[in-house]
Amino acid sequence: MTDRAIAPNLFVGSGEQVALLGSACKSCGAIAFPVTRSCARCASTQVEMIELPRRGRLWTWTVQRFMPKPPYRSSETELTFAPFGLGYVELPGALRVESRLLENDPAKLSIGAEMELVLYTHRVDPDGTRILNYAFKPVRTPS
Amino acid sequence: MKNRVAIVGVGIHPFGRTPGKSGLEQGAFAAREALRDAAAEWKQMQFGYGGSYSSGNADALGNELGLTGAPFTNILNACATGGSSLLSACREIQSGAAEIGLVVGFDKHDRGAFNAAPSEYGLGDWYGEAGMMVTTQFFAMKLQRYMHEHGITSDTLVRVAQKAYENGSLNPNAWRKTPIGFDEIKSSVMVNDPLTKYMFCSPAEGGVALVVCSEQIAHRYTSTPVFVRAGVLRTRLAGAFEVYGASLSLEDVPNASQQASHAAYEIAGVGPEDIDVAALQDTEAGAEVMHMAENGFCRDGEQEQMLRDGETRIGGRLPINTDGGCLANGEPIGASGLRQIHEVVLQLRGTAGRRQVPDNPRVGYTHVYGAPGISAVTILER
Repeated sequence: MTDRAIAPNLFVGSGEQVALLGSACKSCGAIAFPVTRSCARCASTQVEMIELPRRGRLWTWTVQRFMPKPPYRSSETELTFAPFGLGYVELPGALRVESRLLENDPAKLSIGAEMELVLYTHRVDPDGTRILNYAFKPVRTPS
Repeated sequence: MKNRVAIVGVGIHPFGRTPGKSGLEQGAFAAREALRDAAAEWKQMQFGYGGSYSSGNADALGNELGLTGAPFTNILNACATGGSSLLSACREIQSGAAEIGLVVGFDKHDRGAFNAAPSEYGLGDWYGEAGMMVTTQFFAMKLQRYMHEHGITSDTLVRVAQKAYENGSLNPNAWRKTPIGFDEIKSSVMVNDPLTKYMFCSPAEGGVALVVCSEQIAHRYTSTPVFVRAGVLRTRLAGAFEVYGASLSLEDVPNASQQASHAAYEIAGVGPEDIDVAALQDTEAGAEVMHMAENGFCRDGEQEQMLRDGETRIGGRLPINTDGGCLANGEPIGASGLRQIHEVVLQLRGTAGRRQVPDNPRVGYTHVYGAPGISAVTILER
């Protein structure tokens, strides 16, 4: 079974080492996600690809409770669709990124909670290829 | 605004669902109503600006109204389609290129949330495939953060929705004309936390048209012209929190609405305290709450008390969305912004019927916001 990223240049690595890729402007220092060819703040084309911090804090969230229409593409049907969490995670010193959350229980989602980046299988294509996407999940605190 | 532009005719096709009637036909209906209102004829129109998102080119209206050879420009600018059309018409008149013309917007959308293609917005396909190309999520997440920072409770969201349906019940052109009670709104099914079903508007159908002309000839068409004191369109800045944004910067950046609002007050030479009636984009109840502050009508957090005291109801200190807004009218993208202007014109004329704001309102305000971070604001005065 082969794995494929949902898009190129979105993230690198796997397991504990996975990181989102962004762009840093060599001219004004602005950081962008996803990777861009030029800086949206100062218009410079001198941008370099960087790895973004893999831990951050939940800045806001919601739960997507109805199955989105296409272009949403998953292996689910209306019957098997499970609501998913969605949020912006503040990555220290970088920016806030939008992400699916591997938690859909509002009682377990709170602004300010520590989150970490993971990969999950977003769907399995008919040829068996697993499509991997990034998500954040709450960091388990020892109880 | 030099060479003042006057709105001398307004027309509307009822919003909601009209089976068997295309978006274009609804636009033509609205255009005929606006022309009738101005006692003008289509062949007198020296130009047209208009658009729809899902119902084709607005210039196809010529097939319905008559092919006169006059220039007609199709506008497609998301939720600011109506605002952009009016702005273009104002420039046309202010430049002296023409004296009178038609502005029109209409639409007819399928049921369910909008599903735009990421590529149309310069985004990768992954963004849509992952389930993030859904506008309701943005409004929910922006609101969740706003409530957290400024102490807005869900009861305030309920009150906004309740007011919308109450105003809709006074508007014969509204889609939802039945008031919905506090508890029913509050306990309706959760769609995108913290927003329940009755706190959202739905894509819908409708058409609106305006006849606009230079101030010098306005008296030929009406005794109650409404003047465009300011019309402003703004797009997003780098790092701002806007729809379909995969990221935003750590520092606060003014959003498109704040920019447009600020510029409009400056151009018109008035402030929020001078506004007698307002229409603010209320794609969901929280949007109206946040847009109240972004458009300068209160400080962040004051909405809680204002809604509790009924200040934004008809008869309150600052009536907002007196025709029921998007919540009670639904959102046909091409027509929605012009619906706001239609309503504010009626209010300033004093002909809004059962939903008329008392004490002869003189200055009105309209605001739209949409993907991917675009806002249009007008300030109107009689």
